[in-house]
Amino acid sequence: MKLTLKIWRQKNASDKGGFVTYPVDGVSKDMSFLEMLDVLNEQLTEKGEDPVHFDHDCREGICGMCSLYINGKPHGPLQTTTCQLHMRSFNDGETITIEPWRAKAFPVVKDLVVNRSAFDRIIQAGGYISVRTGGVPDANEIPIPKTIADLAMDAAQCIGCGACVAACKNASAMLFTSAKISQLALLPQGQVERKTRAEKMVAQMDAEGFGACTNTGACEAECPKGISITNIARMNREYFSAVVSSDNV
Amino acid sequence: MILDSKIPAGPLAEKWTKHKFTSKLVNPANKRKYDVIVVGTGLAGASAAASLAELGYNVKAFCFQDSPRRAHSIAAQGGINAAKNYQNDGDSVYRLFYDTIKGGDYRAREANVYRLAEVSVNIIDQCVAQGVPFAREYGGLLANRSFGGAQVSRTFYARGQTGQQLLLGAYSALSRQVAAGKVKLYPRTEMMDVVVIDGQAKGIVTRNLITGAVETHAAHAVLLCTGGYGNVFFLSTNAMGSNVTAAWRAHKRGAYFANPCFTQIHPTCIPVSGDHQSKLTLMSESLRNDGRVWVPRTQEIADKLRKGQIKANDIKDEDRDYFLERKYPSFGNLVPRDVASRNAKYVCDEGRGVNETGEAVFLDFRDAIKRDGRDVIEQKYGNLFDMYKQITGEDPYQVPMMIYPAVHYTMGGLWVDYNLMTTVPGLYALGEANFSDHGANRLGASALMQGLADGYFVIPYTLGDYLASIPPKKVEENHPEFEKAKADVKARIQKLLSINGSKTVDYFHKRLGKIMWNECGMARTEEGLKKAKADIQALKKEFWSDVKILGTNEELNQSLEKAHRVADFIELGELMVDDALNRNESCGGHFREEYQTPEGEALRDDENFAYVAAWKYMGEGVQEELNKEPLVFENVKLTQRSYK
Repeated sequence: MKLTLKIWRQKNASDKGGFVTYPVDGVSKDMSFLEMLDVLNEQLTEKGEDPVHFDHDCREGICGMCSLYINGKPHGPLQTTTCQLHMRSFNDGETITIEPWRAKAFPVVKDLVVNRSAFDRIIQAGGYISVRTGGVPDANEIPIPKTIADLAMDAAQCIGCGACVAACKNASAMLFTSAKISQLALLPQGQVERKTRAEKMVAQMDAEGFGACTNTGACEAECPKGISITNIARMNREYFSAVVSSDNV
Repeated sequence: MILDSKIPAGPLAEKWTKHKFTSKLVNPANKRKYDVIVVGTGLAGASAAASLAELGYNVKAFCFQDSPRRAHSIAAQGGINAAKNYQNDGDSVYRLFYDTIKGGDYRAREANVYRLAEVSVNIIDQCVAQGVPFAREYGGLLANRSFGGAQVSRTFYARGQTGQQLLLGAYSALSRQVAAGKVKLYPRTEMMDVVVIDGQAKGIVTRNLITGAVETHAAHAVLLCTGGYGNVFFLSTNAMGSNVTAAWRAHKRGAYFANPCFTQIHPTCIPVSGDHQSKLTLMSESLRNDGRVWVPRTQEIADKLRKGQIKANDIKDEDRDYFLERKYPSFGNLVPRDVASRNAKYVCDEGRGVNETGEAVFLDFRDAIKRDGRDVIEQKYGNLFDMYKQITGEDPYQVPMMIYPAVHYTMGGLWVDYNLMTTVPGLYALGEANFSDHGANRLGASALMQGLADGYFVIPYTLGDYLASIPPKKVEENHPEFEKAKADVKARIQKLLSINGSKTVDYFHKRLGKIMWNECGMARTEEGLKKAKADIQALKKEFWSDVKILGTNEELNQSLEKAHRVADFIELGELMVDDALNRNESCGGHFREEYQTPEGEALRDDENFAYVAAWKYMGEGVQEELNKEPLVFENVKLTQRSYK
């Protein structure tokens, strides 16, 4: 396959940045999208041009490190992570536009690499159950209905990649935040801190500069892990009931 | 040096309890005066950092990824073992201990493995309390599945994403401590060296991957939780960033490296498709619970299959060779990983491989789908099937999967004593980074167990014993050793950037990988290993004179990051070859063709090789010194491992 790549190049956070066009040849349909970029980078390095920087690590769709806004969609045309996208999803001769995630709360570091530490801070605000190591009851002490455990697992599958933010016209982080709030609100172990958790995580999300939710559903449509927008509804319920009967005294 | 494993005296089952009692304690008010550095935030690192911070120590946690949640533990699929015996099928701490020792082909320490089995039950309790959504039965209790090398169901799991859920649990505990101000996080920061003062580890040198700043950090103890070195093979199931640099620098500063040649080749990975490939993808071992492994009975049928004249589903049962079920009737498809991998290699070497390259066998779900229905199979393995389809373009519900072994895990690592301390006082290694619990072969679902055991339940006790022996006085960074280590790191960066040769970093990495896979992979010979040693030495010279790294240090420079890692992999590769050459026996993942039984099984030599090979760095270009820690077995009888 022969392709034309239009890639966002930006030297560092303060650089203005812009698109640069690169032709690539000899792309096989079995390559992953990132392997195609590896090939480009090998060629660029050999020519003495700075390779394109992008985040990636596990390359099996679970670490959440890879990103890329491909032809106007986070993680490209399929509902999967970029590392699991293969070139058989593209046609010979196609032009592919590659950009970083675009959101105020995810500033560009270099080229296609962005800073997603805002997500860590949202979790630090309350995305946990306060138990210390040791001194916990036997694992089978509290039975949890399979349906509830499965729902919690559905929400817990979030990989924190940020595609939901990139997909949203408001750059809202509601899907990410609600996935963690849902997981812990569903489980009996999460009940004690249920209200404070919702309040604190939502407050942190707002403080990071993420936008509001207007229910367009773009996040759910682009989430590589199929996190459902019903989690946002649950988070809103959790949040409002927490605010009216707050434990934060 | 005599290696003192510090294994407590007394009966096996009482060692750990007794050791916990005899270990010194740090007074609660004094804990806040001790600083601890944790490098790596996977299962071992995150659980250790969180647990130590909860105790009151000041923790600094480092990872090269953009967030601690991305560490490669996250990719573990199948599950975590624990001797809960919830299934009432005869499991016990002793049985888990026995299975693990036997699975490791009797090359692990009894006391360490017993402790691992003992604390395994606490891990499950801990994770459930954190909100890890393990799979459950309809009655609301936890579900289990069976795994290779065991005849009981003791594996706990969260769909095919157990590692993800356990890591996110540990990450949440870590995040709580970050919020509490007890852990300071340093993401996108790579450890470049250990600082040793008067023989004790007192800090590290790091490079900020965004700004290139080289910095020092002082502490009373340093914990390396930096994972394995499978990427020495270039192609492996490890993440692209997984590397040996932290462990290797520690090695060069005095930490012995143990059993480096013990590497695990996982049997169920998606076969290699071409030269462009950057990594291999694992298909969880849990698939072997329901999938049946086979190749055509004859080479002729396999030829037709490879040419596309027939399809897998057209091959009749009598023309299929379910070779694991045939050779190992009692364990069948659930034999340990080393056995499954070696047998896949054998049938492919016989010309019975099933894909274009001839290096693949089938993993077939036809019978399981017929028996249980598609729904049941989809519930158990849905995400794995989807992933397979995504990568290969084939639907495993319709046609059998194709799999082939790939490098997955490294049992070798930094030598540690019972307290997880390396040969450098104050320097610890946890999880895959150490060598201690899996012998020559790790059983499935045991890596997660070990990572969390080390971090949650071992280090909080053993670290205190060391800290109690040193005064709670701040370690100052103005000691000349810090400046010296920092200057060394800066000089190395400058050297790499100044070579300005003609070949990319990946070019060298791929060549190293080929040498290692061909000569130090699934089957090894003296001749091949000797050749590999010469090839690696030549490659090292070439790397340091012809590598091409663009850009500067003072920016995000991914080529420079890789160059550091590959330079260390090259040196490690040579040590792995030395270790494989020294071990004139076959055991677990280390298979020397000269040493096999008439049936082609690994032939151990307990008389001469029942020891841990711990290598001491002797200086640039000097042959490393071999130290032996004899393995004493007081409780299990060493036998030829049989899964027939």
